[in-house]
Amino acid sequence: MKRVFLSAVAAMALSASAAFAEPPPIPDRPLADAAQEARAQALFDDIRCVVCQHEAIADSPAAIAADLRGLVRDQIAAGATDEQIRADLVRRYGDFVLFKPPVRIGTLVLWFGPLGLIVLGGLALLWRGRRGGGEQAAVDVPLTAEEDARLQDILSGHDIRRDPDAKPSND
Amino acid sequence: MIVELGAFVLILALALAAFQTGFAVAGRLRRSPMLAGAAQGAALASALAVALAFAVLVYAFVISDFSVANVAANSHTDKPMLYKVAAAWGSHEGSLLLWCLVMTGFGAVLARARGLPFGLKTSAVATQGLLSLLFLAFAVFTSNPFARLDPAPFQGASLNPLLQDPALAFHPPLLYVGYVGLSVCFSLAVAALIEGRPNSSFWPAWGRWVRPWALASWAFLTVGITLGAFWAYYELGWGGWWFWDPVENASFMPWLAAAALLHSAVVTERRGALAGWTTFLALLAFTFSMLGAFLVRSGILTSVHAFAVDPKRGMMLLAILGATAGLAFALFAWRAPKLKGGGLFAPVSREGALILNNLFLTAAAATVLLGTLYPLLLEAVSGATISVGPPYFALTFVPLMAVALIILPAGPLLAWKRGDLKGVGQRLMAAAGLTVLVAVAGWLMFEPKKALSALGIGLGGWLVLGALAEWAERTRLFRAPLAETLRRARALPLGAWGMTLAHAGLGVFVLGAVVETGYRIEASRPLAIGQSVEAGRWTVRLDSVAVIEGPNYLAEQGRMTVTRNDGAAPQTVTAERRFFPAGGQTTTEVGLDFRGLDDVYVVLGERARAEDGAQAWNVRVWWNPWARLIFLGPLIMAFGGVLSLLDRRLRVAVGKRKARAS
Repeated sequence: MKRVFLSAVAAMALSASAAFAEPPPIPDRPLADAAQEARAQALFDDIRCVVCQHEAIADSPAAIAADLRGLVRDQIAAGATDEQIRADLVRRYGDFVLFKPPVRIGTLVLWFGPLGLIVLGGLALLWRGRRGGGEQAAVDVPLTAEEDARLQDILSGHDIRRDPDAKPSND
Repeated sequence: MIVELGAFVLILALALAAFQTGFAVAGRLRRSPMLAGAAQGAALASALAVALAFAVLVYAFVISDFSVANVAANSHTDKPMLYKVAAAWGSHEGSLLLWCLVMTGFGAVLARARGLPFGLKTSAVATQGLLSLLFLAFAVFTSNPFARLDPAPFQGASLNPLLQDPALAFHPPLLYVGYVGLSVCFSLAVAALIEGRPNSSFWPAWGRWVRPWALASWAFLTVGITLGAFWAYYELGWGGWWFWDPVENASFMPWLAAAALLHSAVVTERRGALAGWTTFLALLAFTFSMLGAFLVRSGILTSVHAFAVDPKRGMMLLAILGATAGLAFALFAWRAPKLKGGGLFAPVSREGALILNNLFLTAAAATVLLGTLYPLLLEAVSGATISVGPPYFALTFVPLMAVALIILPAGPLLAWKRGDLKGVGQRLMAAAGLTVLVAVAGWLMFEPKKALSALGIGLGGWLVLGALAEWAERTRLFRAPLAETLRRARALPLGAWGMTLAHAGLGVFVLGAVVETGYRIEASRPLAIGQSVEAGRWTVRLDSVAVIEGPNYLAEQGRMTVTRNDGAAPQTVTAERRFFPAGGQTTTEVGLDFRGLDDVYVVLGERARAEDGAQAWNVRVWWNPWARLIFLGPLIMAFGGVLSLLDRRLRVAVGKRKARAS
């Protein structure tokens, strides 16, 4: 008896789903044209479900995500380009709706910061290398007396890792 | 009563951490071995006290003592035992206690460590004591896990059912060992900034002490993050495994910093060079850990993984983060310029390659940091709201890492001090040729043809082949008789095996990630019993749906048959939608059909109507090619890390010898 009752509760709970207050989401109706549907799927991954926590509308079970999927499909079917669809969504919901932020003054650091870091880091390394240029050149000239002594030290089997470099370093 | 004991020993642990810090500082200032010994004793006692407190919390969960607020909020008598225990670290308070347990536990290990010079060890014990003190104070004053409820409720509210999963039961402990293991690197770095001398044998020895901690933390973080990604993959039912969610990013930043650290520590250890940079990374790695804790626990980020929102706790954590990182980096700015040490090297050398590695890994970590915090900063400054998601990271992080990975195989083949680029090129010739074949094969193997994905497959192949080429070089494979190769392979230090495996594992991961991302196929349809849906070369037929009763949930369980499109190779999978009455939540249990390296991934959705009006269920199916490699690769990497860690010959003996020399 208990099992029957539980089954009934489960059936109700599961069919009513998590969304008690909301109307059931529109079921997904994939576009007939495979290429158009693929475009729609690709767009779904880049559009944020505006009421969810960091979820794309591709993944979200929320009703608004289903609405947005329907909207995107309708617009694709009506012949809109990806850019037009994005622009329309931004007009409705703001930049927040796109997972790819726009490139403008406020986001320059965001977009070009990583590349800038690599370039700056590379320049810093080059500068250090150049500053220590005199020492760098030493790599290509015959061994100094000190290095020769060290070489003998190593060859004679002494502690290899002992590093007697007393010169100012280049790092 | 037992619960009060837990609360008491937690406060005791706080007091002991204060003693640890005080004694260590006094011991260092007066150069008193007795005071330093007292600090070490306090560190040990503090760890034991936290361990006892943690045991009490687990006990309260095991017996379902709902008079404890934390148990009432996070457990339920119907829960299976594993999840009762795991619920002990499923909440903010419990996980913070776990954090403190790992921190004081490692503090005790540090206090027992042999071979460290007196000053360095005592300063490190003091720093670790201070960190423990701050986090224990945070636990005791804002997040007491032993707070009582009066009257006690009859039943608990249960844990978020998404977390009722074996992968997630073990995910936090592994992750925390990694996060907090980096605190020891932090303490050793602070100690080195206080004690370090320029141009001495100090830095190679220090590198040797720091590297095992960095390596172990990195390996644990690798496994922890992989488990988390695997959990997201099969528990959320979204078909994906990494979403560039802010909380995922919060765990990824320390991982990247730890990866950079364990490479630069090699340079410091072998050559005494990059001393300042390695200390900087050691400070940075744990700072990222603390930043992650702040982001996850303060509620300033919204995420599926975040803990409950509480601004007061957020402010406390921000204060701890600001104070510790601020002081440490100030110390760094003051002391680091005086700490130059180590040998010379040419730009083209092993050292140079490792510096490049560090440049890219830190830039990658900075990219993740930017992507995570920029929306918050922009909104605070200008009020504009933006979202930073996968497309951003695909355009910034991915190319950055791709360049780094192209360079990677050359690094281990370069000699220390001064490498021979031409020689390296010759030795990688065979690997490069095979890489082209791999890319072409990748291009031919998958439909639709995608040039970028084929290049990605080539990159994965390049990493694996490059790692093998380096191994072949060391063992003189094909150039010496087989017996000689075997002898050399046996003689290879574990550290060398570890590096080869870690780099090859990275290649395996790249292969999986590229193929899964580029060629996964998704299909979704309402299915009545007996109907089927196709995804790529697979057909999934819904055979039956039954209501089943779990220990603390009810579920609709769909049985489905997965076959190839021609009907061959049938396999049965079950997927569930679970309803948890205690919290009123619904979760999905994904059906995974393993097909070689591929997954057929099936999600049973809500009830719907089929086209003819019959009862149906929304079924979503993914064909995820090579998805197995995504999770296998990082496990290989972590295994490589563990092997390297076991290389005692390199670590302990030489470390001691160097300690005596310094």
